Amino acid sequence: MEHYTMNLTLKIWRQPNTQSPGRFETYPVSNISSEMSFLEMIDVLNEQLIKDGKEPVAFDHDCREGICGMCSMYINGRPHGPWQNNTTCQLHMRAYQDGDTITIEPWRANSFPVIKDLMVDRSAFDRIIQAGGYISVNTGSAVDANAIAVEKDNADAAFAAAACIGCGACVAACKNSSAMLFVSAKVSHLALLPQGSPERKSRAVNMVAQMDKEGFGACTNTGACEAVCPKGISIENIARLNREYMMAGLSAD
Amino acid sequence: MLDSKIPAGTLDQKWTYYKGHCKLVNPANKRKLEVIVVGTGLAGASAAASLGELGYKVKAFCFQDSPRRAHSIAAQGGINAAKNYQNDGDSVFRLFYDTVKGGDYRAREANVHRLAEVSVNIIDQCVAQGVPFARDYGGLLNNRSFGGTQVKRTFYAAGQTGQQLLIGAYQALERQVALGNVTMHSRHEMLDVVVVDGKARGIICRNLVTGELERHFGHAVLLCTGGYGNVFYLSTNAMGSNVTAAWKAHKKGAYFANPCFTQIHPTCIPVSGDHQSKLTLMSESLRNDGRIWVPKQKGDKRKANDIPEEERDYYLERRYPAFGNLVPRDVASRAAKERCDAGYGVGTTGQAVYLDFKFNLINKYGRAEANKLGIQNPDTETLMRLGKEVVKEEYGNLFDMYEKITGENPYEVPMRIYPAVHYTMGGLWVDYELMTSVKGLYALGEANFSDHGANRLGASALMQGLADGYFVIPYTIGNYLADDIATKPIPTDHPAFAEAEKAAADRIQNLMNIQGKQTVESFHKRLGKIIWDKCGMARSEEGLKEAIRDIQALKKEFWSDVRIPGVIEGMNPELDKAGRVADFIELGELMCRDALDRAESCGGHFREESQTEDGEALRKDDEYAYVAAWQFQGEHQWSLHKEPLTFEIAKPSQRSYK
Amino acid sequence: MKWSEIFTSSVGKKWVMGLTGIFLVLFLLVHVGLNACIWAMDNGVMFNKAAHFMGSNAVPRILEIGLFAGFLLHMIQGWTLEWQNRSKRKQGYAVPMGNKGSKWYSRSMGILGTLLFLFLVMHINHFWVPSRITGLEPVIIDGKEHHNLYREMLTVFQGNLTVVILYTLGCVSLFWHLLHGFQSAFRTLGVTNPRYLSLIDKTGAGFSLLVCGAFALMPISMYLGWIN
Repeated sequence: MEHYTMNLTLKIWRQPNTQSPGRFETYPVSNISSEMSFLEMIDVLNEQLIKDGKEPVAFDHDCREGICGMCSMYINGRPHGPWQNNTTCQLHMRAYQDGDTITIEPWRANSFPVIKDLMVDRSAFDRIIQAGGYISVNTGSAVDANAIAVEKDNADAAFAAAACIGCGACVAACKNSSAMLFVSAKVSHLALLPQGSPERKSRAVNMVAQMDKEGFGACTNTGACEAVCPKGISIENIARLNREYMMAGLSAD
Repeated sequence: MLDSKIPAGTLDQKWTYYKGHCKLVNPANKRKLEVIVVGTGLAGASAAASLGELGYKVKAFCFQDSPRRAHSIAAQGGINAAKNYQNDGDSVFRLFYDTVKGGDYRAREANVHRLAEVSVNIIDQCVAQGVPFARDYGGLLNNRSFGGTQVKRTFYAAGQTGQQLLIGAYQALERQVALGNVTMHSRHEMLDVVVVDGKARGIICRNLVTGELERHFGHAVLLCTGGYGNVFYLSTNAMGSNVTAAWKAHKKGAYFANPCFTQIHPTCIPVSGDHQSKLTLMSESLRNDGRIWVPKQKGDKRKANDIPEEERDYYLERRYPAFGNLVPRDVASRAAKERCDAGYGVGTTGQAVYLDFKFNLINKYGRAEANKLGIQNPDTETLMRLGKEVVKEEYGNLFDMYEKITGENPYEVPMRIYPAVHYTMGGLWVDYELMTSVKGLYALGEANFSDHGANRLGASALMQGLADGYFVIPYTIGNYLADDIATKPIPTDHPAFAEAEKAAADRIQNLMNIQGKQTVESFHKRLGKIIWDKCGMARSEEGLKEAIRDIQALKKEFWSDVRIPGVIEGMNPELDKAGRVADFIELGELMCRDALDRAESCGGHFREESQTEDGEALRKDDEYAYVAAWQFQGEHQWSLHKEPLTFEIAKPSQRSYK
Repeated sequence: MKWSEIFTSSVGKKWVMGLTGIFLVLFLLVHVGLNACIWAMDNGVMFNKAAHFMGSNAVPRILEIGLFAGFLLHMIQGWTLEWQNRSKRKQGYAVPMGNKGSKWYSRSMGILGTLLFLFLVMHINHFWVPSRITGLEPVIIDGKEHHNLYREMLTVFQGNLTVVILYTLGCVSLFWHLLHGFQSAFRTLGVTNPRYLSLIDKTGAGFSLLVCGAFALMPISMYLGWIN
């Protein structure tokens, strides 16, 4: 790959904590290598800020290989930046040119309150999983793994849905701040497997109820979630959740 | 003295005997007992969930924003289990034997055998939880092979096996949270273990959002906090992975075993420049289908695809014909380093070798697909296209990841790879019950030292984490807590809690007071460089002595010149990082001491002074067949306890993969 | 799950939107079919007969009540959803996402729907009110007295450019509304099979274009005097 360096202007949302109001700050960064990852570019900025006696920008990140789901930046009007099927940490600076201005905001949704700067609280997702995003099997009570054959197509579709990393980009992108893609990915993953079938009704109903309670919006099938999902989770899953939910509702006692 | 508490009986009966004879806690009493679990990776989440299911009152802690983020999630290739679904001769014994041999005879036989025994239950459990392992068209589970073995025993979910297993454990954990059996504390970092009357009775942790220190009581404390690979600064670990919890336990009396046993993984994306913050692994499973080579000619600057077949040196296949590209990690890493040091490396830095898929794309997958589709005499292009589709299903996400990072398409050009720090076999010393040398303090998963000896085989880390959490600790903790059923929860205003909290607060205050000029990151980078250069893939007496001096000097400089911005009250990631780096510096010194003490080569620990004529690691069983367990005695002071390793079944021999 | 949750949960509300939406789509089909009779070039005889049937037979009259209920539900639920969804992000983005990932009309169903509501008020006022309440001049067809709805259409559209433009704009709004709504309704009802989804997408696009085009041509062809 052709390697080059660039100077950039960053407009970054700064907010000391949940209670205080935030605002944008503008920072120049120079000598950024096209081979850097986006977060490494932020590292450079932070080192510079610390040396200047300022507070570095707080942001969530951990694995930096696109799988933990912790990084969460809304970059120039798109969650996780311009690349398809990508997380912020895997975005590389060759996506930018010298002189570019990059605006970085946190995920915006009432259900994801800002903790500091670009960090948000996504514990609502954990609570949605607690509402039913599991199969109730205690350790030790499982039958032999090959006792249950799973049709390959279903296994593959379940895997595709299970690839969700819970980053929340779907919520960040949705005009309604809906968490339907996240919820539907989990409902689909488990409903497509025979092991998950016994609880499929209560799972769909309870997870949707928790999602509503957490203050996420309703889905209007705009498809923005699918477009920004770093794992390419399809909105087909949302349709499946709709079906699961209604089948559960209509067959309830 | 070290008592590893290995049960009586023949090797294959020990675990059965233990389970049949250990003390039990009845369900009513379990509800009165509180257990603290620090870390929510595979070991922590599975332990917390399983203990919650049993009825214990569990408090789980993680520094990430959700237990689902733990770095187990990044494991790619798979998980081993002695299921023998492939009918290729696998068995519990073989898995045990491969693991002991792969670990270069520095692991405890009894632990490894138990691991192999429960491996089969893990797969059953995970499938029941809904982990979507790869399946064949018949709907049954598929396997792939991994380094250091000659059977296919690795279960996988594309290149995201760790993610799928962790999500399974996470879901089980969240189920227990919903049922009220587990209380989850996210964005909390453990800063100390509280020891009351010689027993671990709680922890001090920092709420990373508010900055407040908190005290938590537990009848027992489980550390499931992962490895310390980030001591190298650049590693495949997550940015937040740290040794702090284990190190605090060490300073409170838990012995640290074999700290110099670190694993350098052969297939990672090479470093691209000084800005690099972490390294990315390309799963070992790729060595199933990728062939590793360098040009036969030194300093060959041609593009990989322009170098003709006869001018390529497939050095692993050449040196190790029996295992070929699937030799264990330590062997593959050293071989890559040897070629690069000799001037055959590729890429701009010369610090890389090729991992090439073309041959198998065409010959293995392409041909198989063509046969299936009944295409007669397919041309190379067709074979490539068909092969690509299969490979996409097997490792698509890895190939995409490689392309995102490097901007090169690995379907077209060979990957460039180089070894990188990946896993630490060393860790807190534990006995057969996973208890450290502090009563009631346990270490599970990568945080302990027990099962992998001097080198871990691929796809065994996930197996060990889940074995410890799902199937070992639920039995062994009962054996300890059975004597504790009358112990009332100790109020957290007990002097031991106050003292531990004060020590933690003072340390934070000291760090903040330094107000020096250098950033935490810069110290971490310097530490990493010292360790990588002198305690990395090759170690020498002289280098290690230098490293110890350098690290001691670095420590002094750190505590007088580090600059931490912000305040204590509230979120302050730099402060968190400073605490972690301070602990890494201390650990780094111990690593070098351990490496210096062990004047033999074994597994991932390669002492230049101890090698065979053709450059293979030379073990010295008569002198070093022991676990080195280090006891903290004060600043720069440790005493060594040796746990002798005896091998009744897997008799040590010079490892050979030729 | 309680019955009420069909109207109160997020997924339940979507179901109401989807079901009423499909019902309204069916109505549009009937409506456009009937109105196409104006192009029979028989001075409105066929059209008036058809309109008479719809106005006098019991079945369409009962369905008409359902239609009003459907409209009402669709509108109330739609506005509630729109209002609630908008309130889920109190602090918005400085750089909006715009079309990076979704279509403008998918995001504008509330506005398009509101425009359609305004159109509907006008439309009902033009035709339904005189036909059902205030009365229309009669015309004798086959010896029976019929409302001369055809005459009324000519009166409304001929020589009245503003009304024709408003009707055309109404049809344009309907087009975009349907382009999203048609396929979205089926997804909401749980269609996941990609083959059927692609069929639905195409049918939806074709339906939107044909129906809205036909509707728009009605006032235009009267205004331009193509029919008389």
